[in-house]
Amino acid sequence: MATTTGHPGRILIALAVLVAGLITLLAVSGTWTPKLGLDLRGGTTITLTAKNTTGTGAVDPNSLQLAKTIIQSRVDSLGVGESEVTTSGDNQIVVTVPNVQQDELVRLVGQTAVLRFRSVYTAEQVQPPAAPPSASAEPSASAEPTSGATAAPSDEPTAGASEEAKPPEPSATKRPNNLPLPALPTAPPVPLDKACVPADGKGTPPDKALDWQPSEACQSAFAEFTCDTKVTDVADQGLLACNQEKTEKYLLGPTLIEGNQLASAVAGIPQNNVNWVVNLEFNSQGAAAFETATRQLSQNSEPQNRFAIVLDGVSISAPSVNEPIPGGRAEISGNFTQKSATELANVLKYGALPLAFDVSEVNNVSATLGGDQLRAGIIAGIIGLALVVGYCFLYYRGLGIVVVASLGIGAVITYACMVLLGSSVGFALNLPGIAGAIVAIGITADSFVIFFERIRDEVREGRSLRTAVETGWRRARQTILIADTVSMLSALVLFVLAIGAVKGFAFTLGLTTLIDVLVVFLFTKPLMTLLARTKFFGGGHKLSGLDPAHLGVQALPGSRSRRPAVARPAVSEEGV
Amino acid sequence: MSKLGTIGHRLYTGEVSYDFIGHRRRWYIVSAVLIGASILALLVRGLDFGIEFKGGADFKAATIVTAQTVDSMKDALRNSGVPDLDDATVNTIGNNQVRVQTRTLDPTEEVPKVRAAIAKEVGIPSDQVAYSLIGASWGGQITERALIALGVFLALVALVIGIYFRDAKMSAAALIALVHDLILTIGIYALVGFTVTPATLIGVLTILGYSLYDTVVVFDKVRENVRDLRSSTARTYSEAANLAVNQVLVRSINTTIIGVLPVVALLFAGAVILGEGPLKDLALALFVGMVSGAYSSIFIATPLLAQMKEREPDMKKLAARVRARRAKEAQKERVAATTTSTPTGPEVVGTNAAEEISEPSNAELEQAGSLAGNGAKRVSSVEMTVKPDVRSHREGPPREAAHREGAAKRPQPQNKPRSQRKK
Repeated sequence: MATTTGHPGRILIALAVLVAGLITLLAVSGTWTPKLGLDLRGGTTITLTAKNTTGTGAVDPNSLQLAKTIIQSRVDSLGVGESEVTTSGDNQIVVTVPNVQQDELVRLVGQTAVLRFRSVYTAEQVQPPAAPPSASAEPSASAEPTSGATAAPSDEPTAGASEEAKPPEPSATKRPNNLPLPALPTAPPVPLDKACVPADGKGTPPDKALDWQPSEACQSAFAEFTCDTKVTDVADQGLLACNQEKTEKYLLGPTLIEGNQLASAVAGIPQNNVNWVVNLEFNSQGAAAFETATRQLSQNSEPQNRFAIVLDGVSISAPSVNEPIPGGRAEISGNFTQKSATELANVLKYGALPLAFDVSEVNNVSATLGGDQLRAGIIAGIIGLALVVGYCFLYYRGLGIVVVASLGIGAVITYACMVLLGSSVGFALNLPGIAGAIVAIGITADSFVIFFERIRDEVREGRSLRTAVETGWRRARQTILIADTVSMLSALVLFVLAIGAVKGFAFTLGLTTLIDVLVVFLFTKPLMTLLARTKFFGGGHKLSGLDPAHLGVQALPGSRSRRPAVARPAVSEEGV
Repeated sequence: MSKLGTIGHRLYTGEVSYDFIGHRRRWYIVSAVLIGASILALLVRGLDFGIEFKGGADFKAATIVTAQTVDSMKDALRNSGVPDLDDATVNTIGNNQVRVQTRTLDPTEEVPKVRAAIAKEVGIPSDQVAYSLIGASWGGQITERALIALGVFLALVALVIGIYFRDAKMSAAALIALVHDLILTIGIYALVGFTVTPATLIGVLTILGYSLYDTVVVFDKVRENVRDLRSSTARTYSEAANLAVNQVLVRSINTTIIGVLPVVALLFAGAVILGEGPLKDLALALFVGMVSGAYSSIFIATPLLAQMKEREPDMKKLAARVRARRAKEAQKERVAATTTSTPTGPEVVGTNAAEEISEPSNAELEQAGSLAGNGAKRVSSVEMTVKPDVRSHREGPPREAAHREGAAKRPQPQNKPRSQRKK
């Protein structure tokens, strides 16, 4: 019967080698704690969903990658370490930044929209709304028109378009964003949104965009337009827009050049100069369009010699043009600081992508809350472990030692795997992940229950303990494997289907299920085989959990103390 | 505890037996009531979906909770300058946190304002107000994906059941038990009004796996017990299935307790220490589902299976044979009644004993005997019948009395004979 006893000692040694190997790996990698998710240490996670702006088609993976790099560099510009930008699925970008809670981050990352170049038809100063104090700090905003066309003395044939009518700090970063801003749109009587769209809805292609004339409705809408009105940005229609500071409003023509015709945008200081500028470079198609546009615009008078760079319905820059700019290279100058120039360049670069991003989800966990969650997770783990171990000792007595040892080995392997996965593939343990590991305590202990109960059944059927361990194992093995397969299957499906943080639950559940199989096969079983040979367990000591009274049999058949070598199907009865 | 062990032994041998299948009506009614209540709760109260599904924002800030916390926070929100915050819900978690849930907000414009308003109200820096924001369309997508997940999971589980049992009736019974657990879990959520979050969903899907596994354990044993059923007249399908349930009962209780214990720890940490969040959501669904899963595999799945199986012509014939045999024995017994002292049931010494002279099947006989009752179905009208092992009669009668009390603990090939009989 006992053919599969195997060599328990050898198996245990193999397992010991495995565990030692894992620990060595830990030592080599030098990290001893798992990488924690942001919900356990505080930080911000932003999930962005990309939409294709060219139609309803799928998002181009290359564009998504590019967007990822750009967002990464934006996040890095905040100077925070350990930030991570990853793509998820085929249209999402997930930004995780530990230890950062500022709204600034979301603004920076979330500023995602389509960039378009449009000609300015009318521009008008407006009162900065209900004066946020910051506006008064930048009175220069009341700009003189066309501040000298800084015909850049650069070595490139760059005809400079001047950065005009813009405050030196276009970025909103300086604005104390906590201060009350004016109440949002009070619905206007006329739908301004549609005012500049002709009744037939016909659009104007880019090559005709310069000849576009606004309808009367459009012009009167412009008069009514305030910067608090939200207007939909439609590529081939006129647009009502404001600059970022809401100090100037524009009536803009249809799109001249799409942002994706922009090849690059770089902030820098030209030679022999001290002021920051932003250099643009168009692709060939964009270059031709830009040349045509600048040729015509330069002949116009203020404000129709200007074009606006519009991002999500807001003009981020509206420079004037003094001369035709051939060759697809242009330079925007103005009162830039390094920061504002870099920011404009980044926005421009970003706008070159044919992608629009929605902020789908923001999770912002303060460090204290993170600490609380980590602590709660650890407490839950300790309580769970203690309860299971306590119950096992209570019910299985001495076999509880086997449970504790097996759970212990399982815990060590699980912990090591988590740490290693953290340092190798960036697996971060989050709260649902901890929950998965705790639930897995039950699953693992469950395997032991199945095994022990089987052994007991076998003993009840009259087998000696040593044989019972073997035959019980053969039967239990099947059940354990089924249980683990079901659990593994759940974990896999959950992992594939789950969204966001709850993926962590599925992952640890799957990981621990695998480890459970490993532990039961390589540790618990051989250990039981060895223990069955001891007098304490094999002899059915009162505290072993296998004592006859406990099992409800009168004596352990085959236990040497009472009855040596009983034939297997124990026909013989006590006292026959 | 060792009492449970002893009961485990008695259950195993069939010495103690609860007639799960005979009492199925009772359990069907219990489940029907529970399911009815669940569906009613679902229809009347509906589920409270978290912001993850509907879109919205959820802010949490540490503060010292007083009686005014909620009201003054509502005022602060109203004065924050962000429109449509009137239906924001404000509640406190424990005595040190306040939580604000609103419609979905613009991440760059409105969130900073609301955060600032909350921060000012509780007197902490704005950066320490934790929040999560779910866009409305994203919430819709999460819902969609959640439903897909549920569908895919159910389909997969059904497939696994089908492959594993390779038996339409077993699969059907297992699936019904699964749906039973699912409805109960969802019902509890509707009834109590807990928020349903993605973590809840994950919990629900996990318990589907658990519930399936519970059923697998019981059905495995049923399969084992009915393997040689057709060739004998020892018991009907129902009786064999009932023995199986009794045999795995202790193990089922143990695995459920051990599975539930860590979940209780999670629930404690989630509900008591944190108050809100994925731990609580997960643990609650798991808790309800695991308990329901253990219950349904024993009280619902197995009786259903037995009921369906008993309709098969084969099993009908078997049942008839068993009845006939028992009737015959009962008759025999009445003839020999004078020698019997057994008060509860007829003595069973008939055919089986003759067949298996060398390898007796005490348990079986007993089982058959105790189940035989008035020659028809079963004898026990009480829930648990704990009988002294009065009939350890093989051929040799005289030592019976001497061993009566020890008999229960005697190591015997109690449940073996099935296979041995065959050979």
